Amino acid sequence: MVLQSLKNCLWLPCVLRTPKACFWSTAGGGLIIQSVSNDIYQNLAVEDWIHDHMDLEKQQILFLWRNSPAVVIGRHQNPWQECNLKLLRQKNIKLARRRSGGGTVYHDLGNINLTFFTTRKKYERMENLKLVVKALKALRPQLDVHVNDRYDILLDRQYKISGTAAKLGRTSAYHHCTLLCNADKFVLSSVLKSPFKGLKSNATPSMPALVKNLFEEDPSLTSEMLLDAIAKEYAVQHQIDHHITLINPADETLLPGISDRTKELQTWEWVYGKTPKFSISTCLNMVYKDSVLDVKVNMDVKHGRIEVCNIDLPEQWLPPGLYNELVKSITGSKFCPNETTTLLTTLLRLCPQDDELHSRWSLLCDNMIRLM
Amino acid sequence: VCIHRVRSCSSIRFIKSKYVCVFDKSALKFSHQQRLFRTSAVSCGQIVQFKLSDIGEGITEVTVKEWYIKEGDSVSQFDSICEVQSDKASVTITSRYDGIIRKLHYSIDDIAFVGKPLVDIEIDASKGVASEEDVVETPPMSHEEHTHQEIKGHKTLATPAVRRLAMENNIKLSEVVGTGKDNRILKEDILNYLAKQTGAILPPSPKAEIVPPQRRAEAVPAAPKDKARKIPVPVSRPIAFAGKDKTEPVTGFQKAMVKTMSAALKIPHFGYSDEIDLTQLVQLREELKPLAEMRGVKLSFMPFFIKAASLGLLQYPILNASLDENCQNVTYKASHNIGVAMDTEQGLIVPNVKNVQVCSVFDIAVELNRLQSLGSAGQLGTSDLTGGTFTLSNIGTIGGTYAKPVILPPEVAIGALGKIQVLPRFNSKGEVFKAQIMNVSWSADHRIIDGATMARFSNLWKSYLENPASMLLDLK
Repeated sequence: MVLQSLKNCLWLPCVLRTPKACFWSTAGGGLIIQSVSNDIYQNLAVEDWIHDHMDLEKQQILFLWRNSPAVVIGRHQNPWQECNLKLLRQKNIKLARRRSGGGTVYHDLGNINLTFFTTRKKYERMENLKLVVKALKALRPQLDVHVNDRYDILLDRQYKISGTAAKLGRTSAYHHCTLLCNADKFVLSSVLKSPFKGLKSNATPSMPALVKNLFEEDPSLTSEMLLDAIAKEYAVQHQIDHHITLINPADETLLPGISDRTKELQTWEWVYGKTPKFSISTCLNMVYKDSVLDVKVNMDVKHGRIEVCNIDLPEQWLPPGLYNELVKSITGSKFCPNETTTLLTTLLRLCPQDDELHSRWSLLCDNMIRLM
Repeated sequence: VCIHRVRSCSSIRFIKSKYVCVFDKSALKFSHQQRLFRTSAVSCGQIVQFKLSDIGEGITEVTVKEWYIKEGDSVSQFDSICEVQSDKASVTITSRYDGIIRKLHYSIDDIAFVGKPLVDIEIDASKGVASEEDVVETPPMSHEEHTHQEIKGHKTLATPAVRRLAMENNIKLSEVVGTGKDNRILKEDILNYLAKQTGAILPPSPKAEIVPPQRRAEAVPAAPKDKARKIPVPVSRPIAFAGKDKTEPVTGFQKAMVKTMSAALKIPHFGYSDEIDLTQLVQLREELKPLAEMRGVKLSFMPFFIKAASLGLLQYPILNASLDENCQNVTYKASHNIGVAMDTEQGLIVPNVKNVQVCSVFDIAVELNRLQSLGSAGQLGTSDLTGGTFTLSNIGTIGGTYAKPVILPPEVAIGALGKIQVLPRFNSKGEVFKAQIMNVSWSADHRIIDGATMARFSNLWKSYLENPASMLLDLK
């Protein structure tokens, strides 16, 4: 109710003037905004936009957002290492790479995200997290929540209910964190477990932690209540009115260039291509006819593309020319099941139409693609 | 190096000629000093060690995660240099100077220390060295300025130094053509613009394609009544185009296409086209669509085309065959695995519906739905993409009438379907009626398929589709 009426108040008079100027400048040193979208890419794009465009000298911003199911990896992480990509694809869970550092998290509507925008000089994560803890305690004084030295918020001293990450630019910075209200813990634990073996990389690893929802501690709590409590505390600390302005991440007039940013965050080059160089050393167990073949595979992947590939097949299992064609084909291509499938099935068109050969080829292809 | 220095050291009057510097560096240096009456004996460029500034929160070391530049690249102030990470915070380090990167002090994954040199930058001697301050010394651009630019619809990129120069000379940045990275306006763009305004004579730039647009329009041709007098001819200047060619390797879907089509070249293709009256089929589909929807399936025209093709292949099995490499043996394939060309975001992909000869039209529709959703999600498997024996390409959904499809080896035939158009045709009574017409273009391997076979197959396929009830007779 409060949100809706204020939304109208704020928008109507601004229709005639430049909506942007009116929207962004408010009285006081702070602004609280909430996204109307549940799309992870749109919301991440809003963070980018504010970070690059807003002058945070006079006012700081608190951005509140929630997403439909998505796995979000940190800027310098390896998605193959961090989550179960096959499961993600099956369950239609989105994969996004954010621009801040840190580890991998699972978002769904039972998780709320808070982003604190300040100037680079005023960047202070502990203060922000203490604000959140203060808000939680004000709402439910009996909650045992505190911030540890890893910038996590712990419930009952052992369960992680919030993780933190940050991005610093030349003049501005943001610190964002999650807060588990009522997320699906079962999906969370299954998607954040990678079945990958034999991966060597310098990408930032995630620290698995025991998690709990605030809802489990107190079933009367909802995401809306938590958002409201945190906004209230922020308003008090920044001496501004406690009202939350709604923002639509698809509004190009309010956020010029936002749709390009949203698109960029969805490209393969960003999500997968930004993975730091890694190598794979694993063994395919291929069941062929009545025996099991152990085939060693070694690959180097840079910018998400296969740089080097070595498959240790039994001699003459494939005609030698064909093996070379295979390696030549996938070298330089994306470490991606779709592209590899297309390339390898195309090669099959060009070799002699031999059923035996076809079944061997298909077996090898399927096993290779399973790695990706 | 010298090129860069020359650009910034000179005044408007002379040196725009970048080519001069290719030769003796030292000679030029001395001649410069004479003309500019420089008192300080400064070397060609000064190397400044750009130190990693304070990250905040008492952090003393970070890990270098990505370099955005390499040694030898030229950078402008505020360009991103690298990305470092410290304890869940990712920091973008930007350059404080305009210059050329001379040395990177760290490799990826190295630990970098706050207060120690990060990169060495060679800056212009004329600019001098900025005092050692925190990176965040220039006040951020006020939000009104930002808004103003955004309203214009595009952001004019320029460093503060360039902006100051423009302001001092009363130049609107939006009128200047930027030739730097991302259409950034460089100092020489301002100087070029100024030169045009004052009419100063400049030697022609070696880069002929970048010519600033003429500000004052030449006289427009006079009205016809003035034909008697001399008509001044408008001088059109080429419009400045700052685009650059981009070369990238052929990989992925494109590579697959290159391989397939190069192999297809070996096949001598012949084409055969015809027109199909789908009026009855359109009506039939309208009736069946809701039935299919009730079963949760989207029914397009393709399942009918595919089933009709399979019925045709039963009569002309040579179109469902494969020729071996030496053209010595023809293999007649038992299964009709009919491929359907699909256009996805990444490119062309051709999954096939297996064993159409034992599928009903509804079965085909179900399978097509499955393949289409997997195709758009990029999740087609190897079995979906292999084993095809005959292909149909419904290019008509995008547009077009007649086409010249390319056979996908090891197949020997392919059909391209144009769009369905409503056209006037004559019926048996000689009356004009509205007909739903679609064109089909077949291509076949002339080594084993002859024109007559293709034509007869096409006629049979056509008859099934023009009179769908006849399909009932032969449906297995």
